[in-house]
Amino acid sequence: MADSTKGKGKGVSRRQFMGNLLRTACGMGLMGLGLGLYSKQASSLPALAIRPPGALPEDEFLGACIRCGLCVRDCPYDILKLGQLGDEVVAGTPYFTARTGPCEMCEDIPCIPACPTNALDHNLTDINDARMGLAVVIDQETCIAFLGLRCEVCFNVCPIRGKAITLNYEHNVRSGKHARFLPVVHSEACTGCGLCEKACILEETAIRILPTHLAKGVLGKHYRVGWEEKEKAGRALVAPDMKHRYNLPEGVQYDLQGKGLIMDSGNTDDVPISSNPLDTLNRGFGDQ
Amino acid sequence: MAMKPRPGVEATQTKGFLRAHKWLILRRLSQFGILGLFLLGPLAGLWIVKGNLAYSETLEVLPLTDPHVLLQAVLAGVVPHLDALIGVAIVVLVYLLVGGRVYCSWVCPVNLITDLACCTRRMLDIRSSTQISRSARYWMLGVTLVLPLVTGSIVWELVNPVSMMFRGIVFGLGMAWMILLGIFLFDVFVSKEGWCGRICPVGAFYGLLGRVSLLRVVASKRDQCDDCMDCFEVCPEQQVIRPALKGADKGIGPVITAGECTNCGRCIDVCAEDVFQFGSRFSKEDANNSEGKTHIEKGDKPFSDAA
Repeated sequence: MADSTKGKGKGVSRRQFMGNLLRTACGMGLMGLGLGLYSKQASSLPALAIRPPGALPEDEFLGACIRCGLCVRDCPYDILKLGQLGDEVVAGTPYFTARTGPCEMCEDIPCIPACPTNALDHNLTDINDARMGLAVVIDQETCIAFLGLRCEVCFNVCPIRGKAITLNYEHNVRSGKHARFLPVVHSEACTGCGLCEKACILEETAIRILPTHLAKGVLGKHYRVGWEEKEKAGRALVAPDMKHRYNLPEGVQYDLQGKGLIMDSGNTDDVPISSNPLDTLNRGFGDQ
Repeated sequence: MAMKPRPGVEATQTKGFLRAHKWLILRRLSQFGILGLFLLGPLAGLWIVKGNLAYSETLEVLPLTDPHVLLQAVLAGVVPHLDALIGVAIVVLVYLLVGGRVYCSWVCPVNLITDLACCTRRMLDIRSSTQISRSARYWMLGVTLVLPLVTGSIVWELVNPVSMMFRGIVFGLGMAWMILLGIFLFDVFVSKEGWCGRICPVGAFYGLLGRVSLLRVVASKRDQCDDCMDCFEVCPEQQVIRPALKGADKGIGPVITAGECTNCGRCIDVCAEDVFQFGSRFSKEDANNSEGKTHIEKGDKPFSDAA
């Protein structure tokens, strides 16, 4: 009797214990799930927020950055900010906005050694190797170079001048007699520092730093650019170049992108084919 | 439940205001002093300390790292730099000496909010409290450590009010004040000592350090306790006091050994009988031969269980 009541009492307390355990576990599970989902949502960096040089890819960065703000403190130009709750940038993580404060590309990159967790990769020692993003001439309708005016400001402020942004000279079809000096960004040299975006003379910039994955296309993996492969190999890889044979009347040759039609008689002014159709029809019978 | 409106009145009368508020004043000085040190840089250009509580550099040489944050980063797959590791070692060592949750009561800025909430609660005489287990924080700690493993991201730092408040004050608060206001309201209206005493995983982490830390509050004159309950009233972790204060007849030593004790020292302040003092984990009762004494006390001083 005493045993059974004791057992019963014990059972109830075990029940309570399990109940409490389950309640806590459920609560924590929900909390964890909520936080996890929120983290997924919060981890998308807005396109105009740029991480400091050497920042790991965003998903790794959010696992490595402990939000200490030392990179912000060690930036001599004070361009770095920490995200605050309510910003689109994850709270406590560093970023800069190119249009208002671009990375000045210090040679010693002081923000990187400041980072205690390698969220800013300490292996990056040459600022020219930084890839914070990629400049994109994002609006050709307003870029005044495309309108046919001389500007070249982005080209001139670029710290890797002549490599990251080059000028492409093009005939101005509208005026018929001028050239257009078009800025072209090259991803193999552009660090994404944003000096061009800061300097763009337009009210709303026509050149923007975008996250590289948004700015870059990717060729199909199977795709080979023929002329590059040819240059690498030193010869055509597909088939030897053959002279194209035109199906032309006797005594006539054709030189593509050269003289055009060539009469064997040597008289290039001759019309190869007589305006009189009978001549063609009777060709070969004239001697008989 | 003998509820006095103001615990510590008696202590102030017998010991004077300063002695009855000594540790409270020192604690506030410490909390504001640390904030002040971090603010000297951005406000006055005096860079004694750079960074925030997650990681800081003092005078360009002394690194200090928050072990809880770094642990999350490591679980997310980070290999920290030597500075960060040295910083962790120093911080862990210091808290092993002075008491794990000294972080909570002497450093953490959220303590200012929850202390204010506690004060408000007392003034408004709010008794009701939602029952949240005091061990929920250890579950929370578990969640904060599992999330980086699963997501590869330091998820807790997205919402951690502790780092958010300190960083907010030093770097800019943003909307974080809403979370802080939320904690205040939660502590006042929903759960007594709800944030620091039940939920905060940062405190739980330091509480684990506190389980083995050296500096402890000791009820070294527990035989002089007159059951005024003032220490229970002011203590943010009441459950830690009873074993040390009332456990003499059960053979429990006078040292408050529970890791949850924040070493805030408020019990020392408010005790008119000076029962408590800071001592080490290995402290004995003031009168020598405490073992023998407990046996005598057993008959001498029966404590009412109402305590």
